[in-house]
Amino acid sequence: MDNLKLHYDVNGDDFSVAGENSSKVKKMLKQLGFSPDVIRCVAIAMYEAEINMVIHANGGFIDVDISPERVKVELQDKGPGIPDIEKAMQEGYSTASNRVRELGFGAGMGLPNMKKYTDELNISTEIGKGTLVELIVNVK
Amino acid sequence: MINYWHSVTLEKDNCKGCTNCLKHCPTKAIRIQKGKAKILKERCIDCGECIRVCPYHAKKAVTDSFDILNNFKYNVALVAPTFFSQFSIADNVNLILTVLKKIGFDDVYEVACGAETVTEKTKELLKSGELLTPTISSACPAVVRLISLRFPNLIGNLIPLRSPMEVAAKDARDVAVRKTGLKPEEIGIIFISPCAAKATAVKNPVNISKSCVDGAISVNDAYLKIAHQISNINEDEIENLSRSGKYGIMWAVSGGEAEATNSKRHICVDGIHNVIEVLEAVEDGKLRDIEYVEALACTGGCVGGPLNVENNFVARSRLERICRDISINENVKSREDVLWEKPLVYRPVMNLDSDISKAMEKAMKIEEIYESLPKLDCGSCGSPGCRDLAEDIVRGYANESDCIFKLRERLNTLAKEMIELDGNYEITKKKKNEEEQNEGGED
Repeated sequence: MDNLKLHYDVNGDDFSVAGENSSKVKKMLKQLGFSPDVIRCVAIAMYEAEINMVIHANGGFIDVDISPERVKVELQDKGPGIPDIEKAMQEGYSTASNRVRELGFGAGMGLPNMKKYTDELNISTEIGKGTLVELIVNVK
Repeated sequence: MINYWHSVTLEKDNCKGCTNCLKHCPTKAIRIQKGKAKILKERCIDCGECIRVCPYHAKKAVTDSFDILNNFKYNVALVAPTFFSQFSIADNVNLILTVLKKIGFDDVYEVACGAETVTEKTKELLKSGELLTPTISSACPAVVRLISLRFPNLIGNLIPLRSPMEVAAKDARDVAVRKTGLKPEEIGIIFISPCAAKATAVKNPVNISKSCVDGAISVNDAYLKIAHQISNINEDEIENLSRSGKYGIMWAVSGGEAEATNSKRHICVDGIHNVIEVLEAVEDGKLRDIEYVEALACTGGCVGGPLNVENNFVARSRLERICRDISINENVKSREDVLWEKPLVYRPVMNLDSDISKAMEKAMKIEEIYESLPKLDCGSCGSPGCRDLAEDIVRGYANESDCIFKLRERLNTLAKEMIELDGNYEITKKKKNEEEQNEGGED
């Protein structure tokens, strides 16, 4: 059987719709009958990644690949890239501007949360070119 | 077996088959079939949105009539603060309670007292740090049901406490037994309900095996009886019956519960669609800075219930007026008997299939059909929107031709084919005639 694939374009200018796609995926996973645990992990990790895409990278696109064994989310942006991934993985570390912090983001929990709620987190990034984030949540 | 009894029902004769309820239902529990609305029982949460928006009064809440009082030797009216707020003389709580004793009840008991008991336990549990945060109030039965259907991840965030109505009902019965010496089952505890959700919680509770309430009469029905009697009461007949304090009374309005529980970082959300929005945010982990979520299905809180007679803003102002004259009840005890008897169960009624692989196939089919639909979400097909129609088609409840645009497309094609056929017929006829003439000419 084929995997279920979803594709979304993420608008980098519009903060009011950031997170909309994670909501759609969450709804879809519920309909498909995935366990509440899997749904929570995907919802939180993907939401963090989607918001990051808008805050730091001016949008991009998301591909979701669902099979009964696992959910994979790939987020590709054409942003500035992450200079120091190790640092970015630390809780509390953030490069977010003051304006973004005033909105309640930039607490430095983005990547740590993605790590915490996924079974696999792969990041390939190139300065000035963009970042590809791959989130995998396995069905136990 | 799962009990699907609901207070919200359809009065078929009044239904015009319009799309008002279809469009407003927060759990997409309504379809229009053969020109009439149909409620999908497993999805309904009894929030009463459909009752509110139906212009033809085809949606109603089934509640008990006053005849239920005949089933018991002694009847106690369980009165929520919302009921007081329906009267312009709301501040005379004792008058309203006295009149209740003139229209068939033997005694009265205020739900506000139950709310105060729940408040104490809530404070204790919040302080204990044992609860998942943000902790969500379980006072509104429509919200509890919503969570059991749509938010499996938030079941653990609900505070496992009975509603003020249940707590008050239990206490009311104990008081009545002490006063009368009757057996508990000879006493009728009758709730005057502002909403369908509480009427359902009485007949079909989710967290206790049996409700302590014996019946639910709508505020609307009780209001009329009281209105007829109220002017017949002399000043000296008014009994001193009210026991509720400020905090208990204000539970009836949005913000009242959160203030009573004194949580520092709380959200008060009212109106079922707003509640859904906030619950989505909690589920996404966006509200980590919040300790307590007070969530009420009706706009304005219980004063906005669909079975009330008064506008919720007026009602709120009247309750604030009552509170100016009364104090806070001190020394309310925190009790163990207000906890749930059984945990809330997730009921995945939105699932496409019990098998994930099959569900995935169906989801792909839904996407495919959805892409072919006009995406106008007009509701003319009888499903709330185009995506819902696609889902209903895949589930086997609907056909593509239920979409009037699809139907029009098909009719157009058919018409074109007819014209073509007709044209072909004319041409062949002409040819035949010519051939016949030619044949004749040869003769």
